[in-house]
Amino acid sequence: MALQTLIYLVVGASFLLYISIAIASRASSTGDFYVAGKGVHPVANGMATAADWMSAASFISMAGLIAYLGYDGAVYLMGWTGGYVLLALLLAPYLRKFGKFTVPEFIGDRYYSQSARIVAVICLIFISFTYVAGQMRGVGIVFSRFLEVDVTTGLLIGMAVVFFYAVLGGMKGITYTQVAQYCVLIFAYTVPAVFIALQMTGNPIPQLAFGSTLNDGSTYLLDHLDNLVTDLGFTAYTDGSKSTIDVFFITAALMVGTAGLPHVIVRFFTVPKVSDARRSAFWALVFIAILYTTAPAVGALARMNLIETVQTGPVGDPAGNLLFSERPEWFDTWAATGLITFEDKNEDGRVQYYNDANEAFAEQAAAYGWAGNELTVDRDILVLANPEIAGLPNWVIALVAAGGIAAALSTAAGLLLVISAAFSHDLLKSVFWKRISERGELLAGRCAAAVAVCMAGYLGYNPPGFVAQVVAFAFGLAAASLFPAILMGIFSKRMNREGAIAGMLTGLLFTLGYLVWFKGVIIEPMAADIPENWLFGISPEGIGAVGMLLNFAVAFSVSALTRPPPQPVQDMVESIRIPRGSTAARAH
Amino acid sequence: MTDKPEHPGEPSITPNHRDYWRANLRLVLRCLAVWFFVSYGCGILFVDVLNQFRIGGFPLGFWFAQQGSILVFMAVIAYYARAMTRLDRAFDVDEE
Repeated sequence: MALQTLIYLVVGASFLLYISIAIASRASSTGDFYVAGKGVHPVANGMATAADWMSAASFISMAGLIAYLGYDGAVYLMGWTGGYVLLALLLAPYLRKFGKFTVPEFIGDRYYSQSARIVAVICLIFISFTYVAGQMRGVGIVFSRFLEVDVTTGLLIGMAVVFFYAVLGGMKGITYTQVAQYCVLIFAYTVPAVFIALQMTGNPIPQLAFGSTLNDGSTYLLDHLDNLVTDLGFTAYTDGSKSTIDVFFITAALMVGTAGLPHVIVRFFTVPKVSDARRSAFWALVFIAILYTTAPAVGALARMNLIETVQTGPVGDPAGNLLFSERPEWFDTWAATGLITFEDKNEDGRVQYYNDANEAFAEQAAAYGWAGNELTVDRDILVLANPEIAGLPNWVIALVAAGGIAAALSTAAGLLLVISAAFSHDLLKSVFWKRISERGELLAGRCAAAVAVCMAGYLGYNPPGFVAQVVAFAFGLAAASLFPAILMGIFSKRMNREGAIAGMLTGLLFTLGYLVWFKGVIIEPMAADIPENWLFGISPEGIGAVGMLLNFAVAFSVSALTRPPPQPVQDMVESIRIPRGSTAARAH
Repeated sequence: MTDKPEHPGEPSITPNHRDYWRANLRLVLRCLAVWFFVSYGCGILFVDVLNQFRIGGFPLGFWFAQQGSILVFMAVIAYYARAMTRLDRAFDVDEE
C-alpha cells in the first residue's frame, strides 16, 4: 500500500479510537471533570501520567537532542525521570490526601490566602501556556510532513480532536484517551528502535544494543562512534562539552521543575487512595522509562547512521564523502520541509558534514579541501526521519506519524485541563462568583477549556519567540515557584502565608529576570547567552534550581519574622501527613 | 461538595503520629540519598572517574547518566511505596 494512504489510515484509526473513548467516558460532575471522580486505577493512572508527561518534545525532539549532545543529553534523561522520585516521595501522596481539585487550591488553603492562590494561578497559567504552544507546534510539524497538509490545516484538525475530548470528557475523558495514546506512542517509538538496533548491532533490545559490538563484531558501537565524531572535529560522544556545574544545575532544575508541573501533579489527584498515589508514581516512571531508556540508544544509533550515510569512506579521502547526486530519497522528502539543508561550499559535488566551529580542526579540514560544514539536519527530525533513513517498511513510518501526534495531543489535553480548571475553579468559583452552582461551574470549565484550545491553537500557528525556550521557561518557573511552596506547605508546619508568598515571588521574579536577561522575550536580550556571562557558569536552563534555593531562603527568613500559621492550618498539615481518612475526603 | 477544609472525626496529633512522621522522614531521606548518589554522584560529579571502568561497551559513568540512574529511580520509588505501606500498617494509620 502506498505510504500516504497507510499514514491516513493509521492516523485516522487512532483518532477514531480517541473519540470513541471520549464519548464513552463523558464527565457528569465537576469531580469527574477535574479529577476523574478520583476513581482511576493506579496502573491506568501511571500510563495516563506517562502519556500526559511525554510531550511532542520527548517523542520528537529528545533523541535528536541527545544524538547531538552525546553525554550532555543525560541532563534531560535524568532530569525528566528523577523528578518522579521527588513527586512520589515528597508531593503526590500528601496532595492526594488533601483531596481537592487543583494545585492553586492547595496553596490557597494551606497558606490561608487568596493572594497566594492567585500567585499560584498566575505561575500555573504562564507555565502551561508556554508548554502547550510547543505541543501545538509539534502537531503542526507532524501533520505538515506526514499528512502533506499545510501547518494551519494540521493545527485545525489537531485542535478539533483535542477540543472534542477535553471539553466533553474533562479529566475523565482525558485519562482514558491518554491510556490509549500511551499505547500508540510507545509502540511507535520502540518498534523502529528495535529494527534499527537489530540492523546495526544484531541485538534487538535498544538499551543493550548501543553498548554492544557492531554487526561485524570488531568494535563496540560507542567506541566506533567516538572515533567517528572526533575524526570530524566533534567532541567525543561519551564526553560532554557542558561544564560540570552547568550539568548539575540543569539536571536539578529539570527534576524539580518536573515535580512542580501542575499538569503532572494533578494526575495524582485522580487515584482512590494515598497508597495508590505512591504506586501510581512508580507505574508512571516505569512507563516513562521505557521511552527514556530507549531514547539514548536511538540517539546514538541515529548519529552513527547519519554520519555513515554521509561519510562513506575514510575521513579526508577526496572520495570519502557521499556524492550529492547519489543522495538517498529521504534527503529530498525532508529537504522539502526545510528541515534538511545542503550547500556545496567547496563545489566538489560531495556532502561534507563536520564541526566547522572547532578551531583546532579548521586547519585539518582545510587540508582536506573542505570549505565549511555543508549539511544541516534539524535535530527535531531525527526520530521522525529515522525509519526512512534506516529504510524500514512503510507501516513503521505510518506508525511513527500516529505516535508523534498521540504524544502531542495527550500532553496538550492535560495542559488545557489544568488551565481551564484554574479559570473555572480557582478564579471564577473562589474569587469572582462564590455561589456558582456545580452545573454552572462544569459549564464554565468546559467554556474555559474551549477558549484555551483556541488560544493554544493561535499560539501554535503564530508562535511567540519563546516557544523554542519552553524548556527553560516552564521548568525553571515551576522549579522556582510552585515546587518550593508545595513542599514547604507539607514538610514545614511553621511556614506561613507571608513566607510562602515572598518566596514564590522571589523565585518567580529572579528566574524570569535571568531568563529574559539572556533569552530576551518582548525585549532584546541584555547580554549574550554564553558561559562567560552566566552567574557561576549556570546557563538559563539551569537557573530554576538557583531560583528554588532563593525561594527557600526568602521564605524561611520571612516566616521566621512573622506570625506562625493559625491552628486550623497547622491541624490541616498534620492531617495530610496521615494517610487514614483519604476515602472520607473522597466523599466530600 | 464543599469548599471548606474539613477533616471530620480525625484525631488531633498523637505521639503515634509523631513517631510515624519521624519514621517517614528517615525513610524519605534514605531514599533521597540513593537518588542523589546515582544521578548527581555517579552520573555527574564522578562521571570521569567511573568512565575508566566499563560495563559491556559502555563507559560506566556514561551508562549511569543515560541508563543506570533511571533504573535506580524506579527501584527507589518501588522500595519507598512498599516500605510506606508497611509503615502505615505498623503505625495503624493506613486507609481501611
